[in-house]
Amino acid sequence: MTEMFRDKIDVEITVNGEPVEARVPAGQHLIDFLRQTVGLTGAHASCEHGVCGACTVEVDGASVRGCLMLAAQADGAEVWTVEGLTERGRIADLQAAFIAHNALQCGFCTPGMLVACDELLRRGGTPSRAEIREHLSGNYCRCTGYEAIVDAVETVAKARAGKGAA
Amino acid sequence: MTIQFGNPDRPNSYIGKTVPRPNAAKLVQGRGQYVDDITLPRMVHVAFVRSPFAHAQITGIDAAEALATKGVLRVFTGADLAEVCTPWVAVLAHLKGLKSPPEHPIAIDRAVWVGEPVAAVVATSRAAAEEGAALVEVDYDPLPAVTDTMTALDADTPVIHPDLGDNLAFRRLHEEGDVDAAKAAAHKVVTARFRTARHTGVTLEPRSILVDWNPAEGQMTAYHATQAPHMMQSVLAKHLDIPESRVRVICGDVGGSYGIKVHVYPDEVATAAIAKVMGRPVKFIADRLESFTTDIHARDHEIEASIAVDADGKILAIDVNDWTGIGPYSVYPRTSAIEGNQVVNLCGGPYDFANYRARTSVVFQNKTPTCQYRAVGHPIAVAITEGLVDMAAAELGMDPVEIRRRNMYADDAYPVTSPAKMKFEGLSHHASMDKLMAMMDYDALRADQAEARKAGKLRGLGIASFIELTNPSPFMYGIGGARISAQDGCTVRMDPDGSVVALSGVTEQGQGTEAMLSQVVAEGVGVPPSQVRVITGDTQVTPYGGGTWASRGAGIGGEAALQAAKALRDSILQVAAAMLQAAPDTLDIRDGQVVDAATGAERMPLAELGRIVYFRGDTLPKDLPRELVQTRHFITMDYPFAFTNGVQASYLEVDPETGVVTLLKHWCVEDCGRVINPQLVDEQIRGGIVQGLGGALYEEIHYDADGQLLNGSMADYLVPMAAEMPDMQIAHVETPTGESELGAKGAGEAGTAGAPAAVMNAINDALRPLGAQVTEMPFTPERILRAMGKIEG
Ligand code: FES
Ligand code: FES
Repeated sequence: MTEMFRDKIDVEITVNGEPVEARVPAGQHLIDFLRQTVGLTGAHASCEHGVCGACTVEVDGASVRGCLMLAAQADGAEVWTVEGLTERGRIADLQAAFIAHNALQCGFCTPGMLVACDELLRRGGTPSRAEIREHLSGNYCRCTGYEAIVDAVETVAKARAGKGAA
Repeated sequence: MTIQFGNPDRPNSYIGKTVPRPNAAKLVQGRGQYVDDITLPRMVHVAFVRSPFAHAQITGIDAAEALATKGVLRVFTGADLAEVCTPWVAVLAHLKGLKSPPEHPIAIDRAVWVGEPVAAVVATSRAAAEEGAALVEVDYDPLPAVTDTMTALDADTPVIHPDLGDNLAFRRLHEEGDVDAAKAAAHKVVTARFRTARHTGVTLEPRSILVDWNPAEGQMTAYHATQAPHMMQSVLAKHLDIPESRVRVICGDVGGSYGIKVHVYPDEVATAAIAKVMGRPVKFIADRLESFTTDIHARDHEIEASIAVDADGKILAIDVNDWTGIGPYSVYPRTSAIEGNQVVNLCGGPYDFANYRARTSVVFQNKTPTCQYRAVGHPIAVAITEGLVDMAAAELGMDPVEIRRRNMYADDAYPVTSPAKMKFEGLSHHASMDKLMAMMDYDALRADQAEARKAGKLRGLGIASFIELTNPSPFMYGIGGARISAQDGCTVRMDPDGSVVALSGVTEQGQGTEAMLSQVVAEGVGVPPSQVRVITGDTQVTPYGGGTWASRGAGIGGEAALQAAKALRDSILQVAAAMLQAAPDTLDIRDGQVVDAATGAERMPLAELGRIVYFRGDTLPKDLPRELVQTRHFITMDYPFAFTNGVQASYLEVDPETGVVTLLKHWCVEDCGRVINPQLVDEQIRGGIVQGLGGALYEEIHYDADGQLLNGSMADYLVPMAAEMPDMQIAHVETPTGESELGAKGAGEAGTAGAPAAVMNAINDALRPLGAQVTEMPFTPERILRAMGKIEG
């Protein structure tokens, strides 16, 4: 830790719809801030390198790697984690599809995976299986082999498209 | 009561059905609790200083600057921890000749691989601990590193542990029949060299442990991401000098294991030792570089093997010479000789042949220690066997399916003992192959392949039959002196509201253990699975058991649960009979109700029975037993292992210009005996296949000649990601084991066992018209282009 990272910065971040004010070390990553300071342990830290997607959360509407963004950079932003998205009911159909297809085993990748899937689904339409696989290519899952995840996303996309058309 | 598994309309028929996993909802809501999610009062963090050299004398450690860092509380050296923790030696008596030196939680005097812990820094935050660790000054005198497996035993190679005499950890030669005579008389003998790369598990959740020591109670509590809580209890007690009864290991949610989290790691034992010294909770979470340099590695074999066949394609002999390098220590307590031993046990597995010779040489080297990882030895043995069988078929101009059909044990041949002296109770190679052929439409694919070839496309189809070792008995570890339990237990009890609680010694790592237990118990007692709460992973609470490894959860833990559930059912019916003035055998329990067995008419809800037993016991006969709780333990006795079998197929395309392999589709037919939950079994197999595909195409730990690990990040060690993976079609043949009523064998490793061989055979099928062949995994574009002669060297 260099001296610069020891500096503290005041931030105001809206986390899952609630305002959070904190004084954070300048070098603290958003994922550590969420897990350690706010107590939201849903998103996980794994590679801390931007490669695995376990730390994926939503920042101002886009999915973001919590291990690549500093908490200080999120000052003024609106952040949603799997906990908040659950409470809001925004991904309830996706979560139900994950359970129905057993698209999770150990569940460690799942919170980040859901945020990434949700980002694709919110674009609307019915992505092909190849497009779903491509969109998830930054989210590592060692357990499932991915097929069940693709099945779950495909099911939800079709169901949402059907509802939209009705 | 015997369960009529054949009748899908039987009451409470949950075994064999896809029921939802009880723990899935919390995981999709981010409400799991993994070790790093736990924070305890007064908790501190430990970070390790690790050796940057593969082999070096430690000549001095200066912690002054680290100790001056804000937040840093203590620095521990190897000598400090040696005062509170005894070293371990990872040998097993039945692996004759296996040797390994004593290993300490932190190196003393000498470091023997890049990443070995050299000092530990404890601080109030992880950031401060890491900062302190970076400031510990260690003086090293580098020593020559042994890195090459094949020259490890040469006279001019330094001996890593002089006390052991040489770098040979273990050697086993198994001979059956007369291999040399069979080869001499054979129509064809095909020889090949195979190589499997060094892999590691890359669990998404890194290794994690949080240990608390309460001196007032003399009790240690370890929250640990582990597959074997009772084994860890025993290990911590023994080496930290605490009574076993005073060590509690709690294993909550675990973010992937695959064999990585079933071993004893020096840094984890160090964390426990530090907790005992400091009298407060200490947390260690490995970072990703630490995962790559200190999680166990596996595979890393070099093999020369040959197969002898007659003119009809009958296998006359298989001859295997296997070499593997295991790092500087055999890993405690399972040892690092098992993988090589498995190669000897498993080669030629599906086939009925007479002459077999296999030798494994297991050597020490200055790299990360290797040990058991998903499908231990199987991917290697299957690649050797199935690679050779395909090469023999090509020599004979025979279809690869046909040569297998001519050699596989007949489905009615069992029980048989293989040339490797493995005992097979009942397998289904032919039925599985038939099912695979129909499912994949083999002939249509061959036609597609021929069409593609005309268009200049290199498409290939690869088949791999395999056997898988599951449900291990004490013959795997216990017989060698390790305190690793092969039996497992389950306690099932009914609470006043009529709900059921099952406490099991097997653990949940994501494969769906708790769902499996819930449906077995639900059927055994006669309640819906939603009425069963499953508790696993707490040595203070659950019956003693081995945990989850070697595909034993369903076969061993499931049977214990079934027998406990059935015993509870009998206890409940005895009470119900007294209350209802009926004979117990005229009653049954269905859907949470005591019913008339003949008519199904409801007699009493279990909640009412619970109310009477627990609150109005005065109204029951005085001598009526009223223990609505039963425990049963199960161990396999007739066979050392329950072997399963299966066959996989891969269809792929090789780009002739770039050498890139595109996986088009993958199939697997597998026989794990009774299928308890079809969806969970299929998903285990899919996940396993993808892990095998990673080994076949991407995964390889690289070291340089000095023993430096070169690709210690997920950006550099490639793992399968969604975009490259194929869809996979799975089917089953069911040959239940007769050892248990449940009849379940394991399914967790079948996918990983067979996938690499199927891919290798498919690539070679695609390349054969060009006269090219690859046998060195992973099959990177570079290796494929080299084989095609497109790049030199
Ligand atoms: S932890 Fe952020 S991408 Fe892996
Ligand atoms: S479910 Fe375990 S990593 Fe995805």
